[in-house]
Amino acid sequence: MIEFTLWDIVRNLLLAARWTVLLSAVAFAGGTIVGLLILFLRISKRRWMRQFAEYYIGLFQGTPLLMQLFLLFFGLPLLGFRIEPWTAAVLGLTLCASAFLAEIWRGGVQAVPLGQWDAGSSLGLHYLKQLRLIILPQAFAITRAPTVGFLVQLIKSTALTSIIGFEELVRTSNAINNATFEPFTVYGFVALIYFALCFPLTRYAKVLELRALKH
Amino acid sequence: MGYALDFGWLNDAVSLIASGAAMTIFLIAVSAIAGIVLSILGAAARRSRHAVLRRGIAGYVELIRNTPFLVQLFFIFFGLPSLGIRLDPVVAAILAMTLNMTAYTTEIVGAGLDAVPKGQREAALALGLRPRVVFIKIVLPQALKVIYPALTSQIVIMMLESAVVSQIAVRELTYEADMLQARTFRAFETYLIVTLVYLAMSIGLRRLLIAGGNRMLAGGVS
Repeated sequence: MIEFTLWDIVRNLLLAARWTVLLSAVAFAGGTIVGLLILFLRISKRRWMRQFAEYYIGLFQGTPLLMQLFLLFFGLPLLGFRIEPWTAAVLGLTLCASAFLAEIWRGGVQAVPLGQWDAGSSLGLHYLKQLRLIILPQAFAITRAPTVGFLVQLIKSTALTSIIGFEELVRTSNAINNATFEPFTVYGFVALIYFALCFPLTRYAKVLELRALKH
Repeated sequence: MGYALDFGWLNDAVSLIASGAAMTIFLIAVSAIAGIVLSILGAAARRSRHAVLRRGIAGYVELIRNTPFLVQLFFIFFGLPSLGIRLDPVVAAILAMTLNMTAYTTEIVGAGLDAVPKGQREAALALGLRPRVVFIKIVLPQALKVIYPALTSQIVIMMLESAVVSQIAVRELTYEADMLQARTFRAFETYLIVTLVYLAMSIGLRRLLIAGGNRMLAGGVS
């Protein structure tokens, strides 16, 4: 049997945490892009587009992320895609993040006074330019705190990808636990690593929130 | 593609899915009630005169909110036995869900308590009511009214998150889905059906809570 020192455990966990960070970053970037598309649909003037976005958001917010991951992991191969845990994890978290981010930003867009749209059109800007130059910058400024807050939620959600077999922090910790039989230490350290990742962001979100209240 | 969806297995699976769903509902019912009661105590303690109590609650809230539920669950179920605390999976699941939920709802209830104007408390105290009565009869009902929608959302979120307790072999909805797909080899169809069940449950739970809240809170809780 291989002996694991405490340092071996910590080192392996930290190495695995890189995948948690990478997955969070990729899913957040992907979620931002897809989320913007959903946001455009959600605030569109056409009813069916709004309706579609509403159902999309409702679907992802009304079902467990674990089920979404399972459906992608088992469903995409049926459509003929070769799929690995990494692909399913990125895709699942991206789609889920897009729904949550679109909903957060929609709140921001609605909080911008209607007069801002009118002012934009009186300057001769067309719809997309009004959005890009006037509405969205204000909407993002208002929603900075909940967006960072969601990033924390996303980082925690990556833990679920261990269940579909993606080798991130939790899956690695399960393997280490099976080898060392020291669940208290192993999961304690895993919790600490997540805490170290999330706590600064939570603090930052709090600062942004207080700053927004002052204005 | 030569793959055709097959739902022929569904007839025999209905009772399994139903019993899994019942377990999920049981878990969320117990942990929601326990969580709300504890978070009222937590929020009150967070505003108490004792600094140790305030710090303790604040630390607990931050620790839970900044770590994944799955890790908390594993820590409780796999980690605690090495301290001599061995828990049944269902008990571990309820404990983890309650601890997780309380951290979030403590903040929500706290925000509600802060939203009640100070004058309400002062007026009640001036009428000669004891502080405990003032809290229970005057401040708390008004706070609950403000935070009810947020509490509803948190309960639904926790219900969806409870899917991961299947990982410690609690026989709830996701666990039954795992077992079914292993038997039928129809993983996609199984998870599709179960996802729809979850969707229906989250919509239903939200409606139920909102309807219940309207009946209960319209005239104030007394």
